[in-house]
Amino acid sequence: MANKLSIGRLLVYAALALVAVYYLLPLYVMLTTSFKTLDDIRQGNLLSLPQAWNGGAWAKAWASACTGIECGGMKGFFWNSVKMTVPAVLISTMFGAVNGYVVSMWRFRGSDVLFTMLLVGCFIPFQVVLLPMAQLLGYLGIANTTTGLVLVHVIYGTAFTTLFFRNFYVTVPDELVKAGRIDGAGFWTIFFRILLPVSGPIFVVCIIWQFTQIWNDFLFGVVFAAGESQPITVALNNLVNTSTGVKEYNVDMASAIIAALPTLFVYMVAGRYFVRGLTAGAVKG
Amino acid sequence: MSHSSSPAEVRALADAAPAAASRQRLADRWLPRLVLSPTIVMSLVFVYGFIAWTAWLSFTESRLMPRYDWAGLTQYLALFDNERWWTAVANLGLFGGLFILCTLVVGLLLAVLLDQKIRAEGALRAVYLYPMALSFIVTGTAWKWMLNPDMGLQKVLNDWGFANFTFDWLVDPDRAIYTVVIAGVWQSSGFVMALFLAGLRGVDDSIIKAAQVDGASLPTIYRRIVIPSLRPVFFSVLLILSHIAIKSFDLVMALTGGGPGTSSDVPAVFMYQFAFTRGQLGLGAASAMMMLMTIVAVLVPLMYLETRSAKRG
Amino acid sequence: MASLSIDNVCKTYNNGTDVLKGIDIAIDDGQFLILVGPSGCGKSTLLNMIAGLDDISSGDIRIGERRVNDLSPKDRDIAMVFQSYALYPSMSVRQNISFGLEIRKQPKAEIDATVNRVAEMLQITHLLDRKPSQLSGGQRQRVAMGRALARNPSIFLFDEPLSNLDAKLRVEMRTEIKLMHQRLKSTIVYVTHDQIEAMTLGDRIAVMKDGIVQQFGSPQDIYDNPANLFVAGFIGSPSMNFIPATVVESGGQLGVKVCDDHGCVVLPLPHDKAKLAQWVGKDVIFGIRPEQITDARTAHREGLPQMDCHVKVIEPTGPDTLIFVTLNDTKVCCRAHPTEAKRPGDAMQLVFDVSKAVLFDPKTEMRIA
Repeated sequence: MANKLSIGRLLVYAALALVAVYYLLPLYVMLTTSFKTLDDIRQGNLLSLPQAWNGGAWAKAWASACTGIECGGMKGFFWNSVKMTVPAVLISTMFGAVNGYVVSMWRFRGSDVLFTMLLVGCFIPFQVVLLPMAQLLGYLGIANTTTGLVLVHVIYGTAFTTLFFRNFYVTVPDELVKAGRIDGAGFWTIFFRILLPVSGPIFVVCIIWQFTQIWNDFLFGVVFAAGESQPITVALNNLVNTSTGVKEYNVDMASAIIAALPTLFVYMVAGRYFVRGLTAGAVKG
Repeated sequence: MSHSSSPAEVRALADAAPAAASRQRLADRWLPRLVLSPTIVMSLVFVYGFIAWTAWLSFTESRLMPRYDWAGLTQYLALFDNERWWTAVANLGLFGGLFILCTLVVGLLLAVLLDQKIRAEGALRAVYLYPMALSFIVTGTAWKWMLNPDMGLQKVLNDWGFANFTFDWLVDPDRAIYTVVIAGVWQSSGFVMALFLAGLRGVDDSIIKAAQVDGASLPTIYRRIVIPSLRPVFFSVLLILSHIAIKSFDLVMALTGGGPGTSSDVPAVFMYQFAFTRGQLGLGAASAMMMLMTIVAVLVPLMYLETRSAKRG
Repeated sequence: MASLSIDNVCKTYNNGTDVLKGIDIAIDDGQFLILVGPSGCGKSTLLNMIAGLDDISSGDIRIGERRVNDLSPKDRDIAMVFQSYALYPSMSVRQNISFGLEIRKQPKAEIDATVNRVAEMLQITHLLDRKPSQLSGGQRQRVAMGRALARNPSIFLFDEPLSNLDAKLRVEMRTEIKLMHQRLKSTIVYVTHDQIEAMTLGDRIAVMKDGIVQQFGSPQDIYDNPANLFVAGFIGSPSMNFIPATVVESGGQLGVKVCDDHGCVVLPLPHDKAKLAQWVGKDVIFGIRPEQITDARTAHREGLPQMDCHVKVIEPTGPDTLIFVTLNDTKVCCRAHPTEAKRPGDAMQLVFDVSKAVLFDPKTEMRIA
């Protein structure tokens, strides 16, 4: 495999570049459109740059765009998503860490069966639990609240986090736990003093994965939250699909970018771990 | 180490130890089970219990409010009699098939190309993968704008001189589902690329060298040796993609909303609308059960094949 | 220090497989016990059971006077060195050594003194502030030993501690472990699959196979008087030759007849004639170690049976040359002086020292004589 610039290699580069353009196009369009005025959008075309970079659409998207009846922009929903995502990610990750520790290092009779049983939770289509969950949340009085959404995300996210940590801890030699037990350390001491200090990478992977999943969720949001407690994905969908009045594409695009910003940011600063999480999540079991 | 215990000391130790010792042993034995139990209970109730609950609902006459009187297969019969359901199923088949095929081909191709010791590999990989960080709602919003027949890509090409170029699939009832494929492939193929690339990097270098020594050309090496060795990756990719396809909801909602009319409906959208906006709980439950069964029907054979081929080595 | 006794210990896994089938071993205070056997023989399981990391299905384990069956590892007063060393990766060497003492709530000053003393003894003082990932294999091994030593337990348990080291280091560390044992007079249980380690280190060796102790005794006893075919073949390198042969009576003496393609010889048996009487005319397995078939110069003694054999392959090892011949259609290894060794294809006179030869029943594989 010579590194010289042959025709073949040029073709490879050309193909890769072309595909890169295809991938970047929507981002480019979103960005340029969001900085255009409505007139600008009508006069130019999708690929033209804004005649003047105008931040008006961004201000409107953040503070005063209408999503259905309310016209408070994305800001409230953005914070809803934050308030939903942060606790849900932290709690499900903690559960996952401890569960993964048990099913890998403290296996007992039947623990493998229980783990397989948990894993099924990763595969089911969530449609099949929506109706009972809606009933339960209503019964508990937390329907249409962020608390309810946190609960739902913790419940259905824990199967994944358990899988992540289990797959990580099986790569750690179990002689470490044996050595700890002989040194006299108990279940929790071994976890906190011996395993947690080496679990940094898997925490990052797991937190990023959960953050992306929960922030981007739409199904639970649209079913279990309404009005003021909606997460940003639901609000964005409402904004874009509201059919009344003039369609403000620039506001739509600015809102979409606002909704995507946190996960994009995480992707940019910790992309390496993001990819690792994707591949780890893919190799189920 | 001059430590030597007198018999008396030893006996005292033997007497004192059991109480404390058995406490530690009990803790070691029961703590792991105790710690795991909340999650197990959660899973039993919220996964298995709720599936049973949904199954039960699907055998009742529930409409706006759940009722728990047995009504047999009424809802399933109604479902199979519902033309919109069959549109959704057909769309799922069409979308699923195309989506899986295109994503697989694009992902594999990108992985193979990127595996050629490309200079800017890191940057390119980042570009191909970023859609995976986005919500399907954002993806749908962006593509909805780009595919807008009046002001989107069609206009660009018209402006460039292709005056007769039309691209109105988004509003064409026969074509709307294909736009979902386009956006879906855009979102997911980078992910598949990453999986395949990880697989390619895992192929033993000496096998490739052996093939080169045997005089095989690069395309032959890939076609005959490298790609066949990625069999397990193909399985996981198929597993994940079919899973995404069957569950796909957000993308359709954001891009077409199931429209125009009901032309791009899929089962997930069908279930949502009947269960939550039309007050047909029983029918919604029945459609959810059908989705579950589809996933089981697709995943179980795939996983069976995968474990079998893994065992065979 | 303490004695250790293992009485009729069994282990059955949940799926019904018996890993250990009634183990009986007892050693005195200060003895070095080796558990040796091929992988899957149950030696590591037994060690884990002594440590309290695995449950005992039935039987008793006593450390000193105490029955420890139901004690947790922490309360058995043991320390263990693992094959992978199992050093806590996030802790420095110092913390690794002091961890167990800290858990036992020893006073800080005492811990520091112990750590320093142990570090000095093992010559790892300069490594105390490093992390395990910054150490070489041999250094990790020392730290693992230091962690065990610091605890000053009644019994040290070693689980194949040298198998991750390269050959040269392994020999060095072997000597050091032996030195340590001689100095501290500690009770040690040491698991290995390497019969050379077993021979060189142990006061007592338990040779295990399929969950059963095949033979338990001193190294020399096991080498000279193997209880069965398995032990005879497992201990010693190159291993004992097993030549199928028939017991014959010639000139009032019992012997076994062995043949090369050149001819045959009857090797007289030194054993009690009465005991062997019932075997005359029957097939047995004749066991003889390579060093007992040699050249005339090495043999030193007159009047030993000898025979011209056709040399198939020679393997010089330096101090000796191994000579391979075929006797009774079986490949046989002989150990000769390098200058006396003939070349492949040639005939060579070999001298048989039968005084230590043994016989096995080919059906039961047990020792006959």
